[in-house]
Amino acid sequence: MVIELTQDNFKKEVLESDVPVLVDFWARWCMPCLRTAPILEELALEVGDRAKVAKLDVDAIYQIADEYEIMSIPTLTVFVNGEIKEQVIGVKSKQEMIRLLGL
Amino acid sequence: MKDVLIVGLGPAGISAAIYLKRSGVDPLLIGKDLGNLELFPLPIENYYGFPEPIHSKTLVQNGIAQAQHLGIEIKKEAVIEIAEKDSIFYVKTAQNEYLAKTVILASGKKLKSFSVPGFNKFKGKGISFCATCDGFFYRRKKIAIIGHSAYMKNELAYLSQLNQDITIFTNGETLDETFPFLIVKEKITKFLGDQKLTGIKTSDGQIYSIDGAFVAVDSPGSLEFAQQIGIIVEKGNVVVDKKYQTNIPGLFAIGDIIGGKLQIAKAVYDGMMVADDIKRYLKNKNK
Repeated sequence: MVIELTQDNFKKEVLESDVPVLVDFWARWCMPCLRTAPILEELALEVGDRAKVAKLDVDAIYQIADEYEIMSIPTLTVFVNGEIKEQVIGVKSKQEMIRLLGL
Repeated sequence: MKDVLIVGLGPAGISAAIYLKRSGVDPLLIGKDLGNLELFPLPIENYYGFPEPIHSKTLVQNGIAQAQHLGIEIKKEAVIEIAEKDSIFYVKTAQNEYLAKTVILASGKKLKSFSVPGFNKFKGKGISFCATCDGFFYRRKKIAIIGHSAYMKNELAYLSQLNQDITIFTNGETLDETFPFLIVKEKITKFLGDQKLTGIKTSDGQIYSIDGAFVAVDSPGSLEFAQQIGIIVEKGNVVVDKKYQTNIPGLFAIGDIIGGKLQIAKAVYDGMMVADDIKRYLKNKNK
């Protein structure tokens, strides 16, 4: 399942996670973002408990997007132990996302 | 509505059109120029069936003539936008809009990309390829748009709804229209900034303060354009499956843009193969 991030759950789900977290910074109006969504669903199924897959709407949760200086979407960011380990922009394949997660 | 719309008039696109036409599907071919082969400096000596070296431009022109002899419809227009809704593709050119059930991207790969110091460094940190995606982040900031063609105008039309603080950089090209924005014609020599983009320097030594630069320099041949539609691009190539289909169902890609050998023979092979895959796709879709 893809986790919907909010101002309230970001810390717990991402920064304090025991497993790597892939966060997709996205917005409704962005066509490549909409293409990323089904790939995230597949990714979440495939990685199971080994990692988390989450998405953050830059329109609604702009404070966090600003904090991480997101300036282009979709941006895929991998957090490990609360820190950014990988960051890429654009639509990526499931295999590439698994590689970014270090699995 | 067309069953198949092919973008690109090179060996891949023309071959796909010929194989489709001969198997009973009527494709529409759209392309603005002859692509890389038009300006390729050396004659072609390794393509089957030509005892004497053949000029690359002649070869592509022959291919287009061959398609025309078969009654294939060709539009010499520049594609500036491709959108998909409910399995229908809307392909916008500088002049028209066409609807199609499937699209084949055969628009080739630029031999040289836009290479200016700082360009790669600030991708995603001030330099953007998608106005509809990233315009939002620059609503109250200084925007640059780089380009001069119909593609640039299409992106500009979107950006100017969000923000009026726009500078157009034609990068040495001429504009055939006037706009109510500052227009800089000098070539861009450097993208400036530390962690993110803060300015653009031009060949006359001027420095312009810029927060966001939207790149709309070229035609749909570019990979940047594919990225904007939401096609997966990795290691500089459009990613396709064994049936030449991208991550967007009904959108196929062949030729140089998907990588592998950048050769005419391979492009022709791709064109032949994708024709079968498209026919199968259309058959399943119409069930």
